[in-house]
Amino acid sequence: MASTDTTAKDGTDLAGLEAGLDALDAVTTTRTPLRETLLRKVLPPITAVALVLAVWQLLVWLEVAPSYKLPSPGAVWEEVRTAWLQGTLLDYIWTSVSRGLLGFLFALAIGTPLGLIVARVRFVRAAIGPILSGLQSLPSVAWVPPAVIWLGLNDSMMFAVILLGAVPSIANGLVAGIDQIPPLFLRAGRTLGATGLKGARHIVMPAALPGYLAGLKQGWAFSWRSLMAAEIIASSPDLGVGLGQLLENGRNNASMSQVFLAILLILLVGIAIDLLIFSPLERRVLLSRGLLVKS
Amino acid sequence: MATTIAKAAEGGTATAHAARIEHVSKSFAGPAGQQLVLDDITLDVAPGEFVTLLGASGCGKSTLLNLVAGLDKPSAGSISTDGRPALMFQEHALFPWLTAGKNIELALKLRGVPKAERRGRAEELLELVRLHGAYGKRVHELSGGMRQRVALARALAQDSKLLLMDEPFAALDAITRDVLHDELTRIWRETGLSVLFVTHNVREAVRLAQRVVLLSSRPGRIAREWTVGIAHPRRIEDSAVAELSVEITEELRGEIRRHGQH
Repeated sequence: MASTDTTAKDGTDLAGLEAGLDALDAVTTTRTPLRETLLRKVLPPITAVALVLAVWQLLVWLEVAPSYKLPSPGAVWEEVRTAWLQGTLLDYIWTSVSRGLLGFLFALAIGTPLGLIVARVRFVRAAIGPILSGLQSLPSVAWVPPAVIWLGLNDSMMFAVILLGAVPSIANGLVAGIDQIPPLFLRAGRTLGATGLKGARHIVMPAALPGYLAGLKQGWAFSWRSLMAAEIIASSPDLGVGLGQLLENGRNNASMSQVFLAILLILLVGIAIDLLIFSPLERRVLLSRGLLVKS
Repeated sequence: MATTIAKAAEGGTATAHAARIEHVSKSFAGPAGQQLVLDDITLDVAPGEFVTLLGASGCGKSTLLNLVAGLDKPSAGSISTDGRPALMFQEHALFPWLTAGKNIELALKLRGVPKAERRGRAEELLELVRLHGAYGKRVHELSGGMRQRVALARALAQDSKLLLMDEPFAALDAITRDVLHDELTRIWRETGLSVLFVTHNVREAVRLAQRVVLLSSRPGRIAREWTVGIAHPRRIEDSAVAELSVEITEELRGEIRRHGQH
């Protein structure tokens, strides 16, 4: 039985050979130590903030502008402290953030199917694709006056402005994500039997996820900006005080430190939402696909 | 879809072949009008048979494979297959948003395998391509050879009677390719699959196939066929493999030379 002998020997040889090749090709990953992470990721932004504060204080000391135009960092800090002690600081933030996030979720629910249809249905794409991209460059402030006239001074007007700002970004992000899917994935999906809705669910949506997430990130930025524009322009006692109203109130009270406080909070909320929600999400998706090199 | 219906209507004869390609022609709209890519191809693949399609660039071998896979329709002629064939590409075409194991499970899911059975079946298939530890691995964590083995396992998960392979090892280094040749031969013999394997590498064709079909280029026509009687296990450096390769290469060169003459 020489032939079976050689086959068996050949089999173990092959397994060993393969194991060796796999081991040679294996990628080893190492974790960066905490100290290094702190040094490379945390230190630079802290340095930048400290530098800005120092320059700001220097300008105040040099009396470049009168204090009603340029409040000192200390005065703005005092404003933060007062609002905190009065218990209104978190109210300001929550009023705006809850509006912004709720509006964003609406925009998500509308923008996602819209993007999918625009990307996949040729007629719809030709019909509204260019308008959708055009809308992205239209400043959403432009929607505030008509929204006030149509809907009045209330929350639904705010949501309308957010939607008009964010839906095009989200839909366009998804369209771009779908357009960038390598055709090979679609062919592979089809040979596996993923066509129609199954194809959308198992191939198209997951393959388009990186572009979609980028669209969501931008959609959030647009939601937040639109909301601030709406809050600044359309303030009414019934609407409660969000960050936009806080800014407008500061102007009316000629309190520059309050204006600074409002701008600072608007900026911080934007950064925080991005840092806490979108960046980790995007990072996870890209890392899991090997699209991000660990630095 | 018309091909599947034709197959079903034939009934009894459906089992006599894994794929039947009859008088198939394909032309595409090119810059100089309609360009004929495949011209009157007739080819049968018997159940359990390993056939390689060999040809130089522009012979339309990938086009033919796409037609058999049902990704495109022939301009003339008919193609029938015993069920939907599985297809493996030159690039692994694994989905990077899924792990190796989940890639296989997706194929099982789309074929209607119940959820409870998928995990076990996927592990079995990984075992078959000797990648038992790779279930949870992401695609980018695997080497080129490992990716092609997972792609092979995913193709096998479709449980098709016919496996179409479009130069699946062309992008691999020579050592890995040689190992995968052995691996494919072993799996083909264990599973009793029919394989239609496209390549431009003569030695690869001879090393793997029972039958080598040479296509001429522009338009692709069947130029000649060889039955390979060399016993397994074969090696790429075997003298019998080399001898037949020389003969086929001569023929292939002749085919290519014809294009320089006008």
